[in-house]
Amino acid sequence: MSATATKKAGFGSVLWDYLTTVDHKKIAILYLIGGFFFFILGGLEAMLVRIQLIQPDNNFVSAQFYNELITMHGTTMIFLAAMPLLLALMNIAMPLQIGARDVAFPFVNALGFWLFLIGGIVLNISWFTGGAPDAGWTAYTPLSIFSEGHGLDYYSIGLQIAGFGTLMGGINFLVTVITMRAPGMTMMRMPLFSWTTFIASVLILFAFPALTVGLFLLTFDRLFGANFFDPSMGGNVVIWEHLFWIFGHPEVYILILPAFGVFSEVIPTFSKKRLFGYSSMVFATVLIAFLGFMVWAHHMFTVGLGPIANSIFAIATMAIAVPTGIKIFNWLFTMWGGTLRFTSPMLFALGFIPSFTIGGMTGVMLGAAAADFQYHDTYFVIAHFHYVIVGGTVFGIFAGLIYWWPKMFGKVLNEKMNHWFFWLFFIGFHLTFFLQHFLGLMGMPRRYWVFLEGQGLDLFNFISTIGAFFMAAGTILFMYNIVWTAMKEPKASGDPWDGRTLEWAVSSPPPHYNFKQLPLVRGLDPLWIEKTEGNGKMQPAEPLGDIHMPNNTIIPLIMSIGLGIAGMGIIYQVDNPMWWIVAVIGFIIFFGSMAVRSLKDDLGHHIHKEDLEKEGDGSNG
Amino acid sequence: MADELLKSTNLPHDPERATLEGKNKFLGFWFFLGGETVLFASLFGTYLALKNSHLDGVPASELFGLGLVFIMTMILLTSSLTSVYAMYHMKNNAPKKMMLWLGITVLLGLSFLGLEIYEFNHYVNDYGHGFTTSAFSSAFYALVGFHGAHVAFGLGWFILLMVRNWKRGINLYNAPKFYIASLYWHFIDVVWVFIFTVVYLMGVVG
Ligand code: HEM
Ligand SMILES: [Cu+2]
Repeated sequence: MSATATKKAGFGSVLWDYLTTVDHKKIAILYLIGGFFFFILGGLEAMLVRIQLIQPDNNFVSAQFYNELITMHGTTMIFLAAMPLLLALMNIAMPLQIGARDVAFPFVNALGFWLFLIGGIVLNISWFTGGAPDAGWTAYTPLSIFSEGHGLDYYSIGLQIAGFGTLMGGINFLVTVITMRAPGMTMMRMPLFSWTTFIASVLILFAFPALTVGLFLLTFDRLFGANFFDPSMGGNVVIWEHLFWIFGHPEVYILILPAFGVFSEVIPTFSKKRLFGYSSMVFATVLIAFLGFMVWAHHMFTVGLGPIANSIFAIATMAIAVPTGIKIFNWLFTMWGGTLRFTSPMLFALGFIPSFTIGGMTGVMLGAAAADFQYHDTYFVIAHFHYVIVGGTVFGIFAGLIYWWPKMFGKVLNEKMNHWFFWLFFIGFHLTFFLQHFLGLMGMPRRYWVFLEGQGLDLFNFISTIGAFFMAAGTILFMYNIVWTAMKEPKASGDPWDGRTLEWAVSSPPPHYNFKQLPLVRGLDPLWIEKTEGNGKMQPAEPLGDIHMPNNTIIPLIMSIGLGIAGMGIIYQVDNPMWWIVAVIGFIIFFGSMAVRSLKDDLGHHIHKEDLEKEGDGSNG
Repeated sequence: MADELLKSTNLPHDPERATLEGKNKFLGFWFFLGGETVLFASLFGTYLALKNSHLDGVPASELFGLGLVFIMTMILLTSSLTSVYAMYHMKNNAPKKMMLWLGITVLLGLSFLGLEIYEFNHYVNDYGHGFTTSAFSSAFYALVGFHGAHVAFGLGWFILLMVRNWKRGINLYNAPKFYIASLYWHFIDVVWVFIFTVVYLMGVVG
């Protein structure tokens, strides 16, 4: 099924194709659609928050609604926007970069996506059933156990489902990188984006279970009368904070490492130079991931763990700045003396470097435990993490989306509009968040519904809100660009950016089996090697033969829906035991379809050599 | 090619790892168990933090007796051994013997689960130690109950595999499935050893 065949098919069959797909390139598109939808939703929530804070004593939204907005903004952006968008990039680029025809577990890959989507939908149903979660994205106990209504139940169940999905995706990528690399693609020849995908997956694997447990305990306390976090019953509220941050700090590295990976692809391509210090980049990535597990208590300096614990965690925290600094210098040296091309992905990379460096610097400030007593829970923290998450992760996502857009959709997004988009977004971002550092230092707490007049906070808050509108304008322009490109731009070649890695050796979009013959990798930047030393095309590592492919299946979707139904039943059984019926039905659907999957032989199918010979040579489109 | 996978003759010595799919499953499942380790570690941490918060309820030292738990431990350890026998026969392409040992494994697992239910029942009815009694009781049931749920899931998994493959022998397609199910079973067993030590032994002693 080539792209043209899909185009001719009717809407119904295209829809069915996507609902049942196990192709990593289509799953990437699904992640993109889902993640972008939630990005817009989270962005709207942020706009409402900023409008509320445009002037002192404002009454634009109610206090309760404000709490729901900030909670859902954070939760949505982290779990339902940033992570899925990164998973979209991983899905489209990583298997191609390592020269694989497919991922290790196509079924699990699809399941991961549908669980994320259903989890996100469950979470957002709360808006319509009496109120969204309102205890902050960190859902600190005991606030979160005593929060009224079902908002926090949606939080724990929705994130639980989405979290399972992420875990599935992580395991799939781990195995894919280990077993599915093309001949000659050793680990130390792997593009950095594939490396960071791999390491981020390790983080997912070891970090998410802590959240899983935390969410289970929260659910038990709220819905089944358990006492984990209820001090009057002997419970301990700090356990939640530990579990949350044992997950939470690695999570921020799950968000940033793939973005580092994107920049490590974009910068060499548009500098026409190989990445400076490749092995030190790999080493720094591994080190960051390792240290990332030992610093969680820097979010808890003010809890009272004692000066010794605080000092240890402070030092570990600051140590992370070292490998991060290594990376920054490597990117700078990659550009040094290169032939720079200022395309829009490159602009995002250039904007990222100073922005992220500021975020890292404020991070080290926060990591100084004694000083953190002053910064904690103020706008200074808000400024810090937006500098790293927007200036790092979101810039990385946009750079990656623009860079790999032709691999997903066969067209290069309009560059002129993307330049405008970049400048609007970049200026808006700094306008919004730079002054928040000072608001924090002036004592403005985070998560407050209103601030008071006459405390010198008015002007900076006003400017901050204006900046948010710039970012919104940029995003709208980007969406317009997507539509415009789909209608007006010409089809892209397989290698529109003069790339260096394997994904540029196949057509845009690639055939669904990716490589007709697995490529023979001769070194780092394999396509570039062939461009400079060979005939510009990858040499095959195997004779043309039958290709084995997995079958499409609807089961991942059905399993996820089953779990969603079960979750709704669990949430409402406290009000009326009849909801247990719903929960049981949901679990039957879930486990039933799992059993069907296990009982039915599914051996996949083969694309025959003769059919492959008929299709063109598939390389370099 | 497809029939090749379903043939039961001429199997290599490690049928579970002879195909790429098998290798992937094997590796992926090990990673999954890595995640499960963190999951149980979190539950253990929670339990250790709350084990003395029994309020007016019965403390661990009065609640636990080692007799029954020791029998349960032996049963589960033995079931791990019998699943090893089953895998041994799988590698030798002896499906009947494999099924026999798997059957014994399932029976042992069921008796473990039965004893656990009996034990919980005993705590609730004779000691008033329910899920909602105190932070200690919640943490106890969460940890041990999670393990119990894993046992139940593992049993369902074994039974499903046995029913499905009852008549069709071992092949390159189902060998990895049997193999990872038995890996899972070993993992549950290891977790139980920790529960026995941390919850019961330390509970009675300390
Ligand atoms: C040099 C690297 C970094 C250091 C030293 C650092 C340090 C810190 C510290 C100490 C805090 C706690 C502040 C407080 O609550 O008082 C914090 C908060 C935070 N950081 Fe970082 N950080 C670094 C990089 C990152 C990165 C790369 C990300 C994400 C991509 C990130 C995301 C966050 C978030 C989301 C919070 C706030 C969580 C909350 O309370 O809601 N940080 N950081
Ligand atoms: Cu942190």
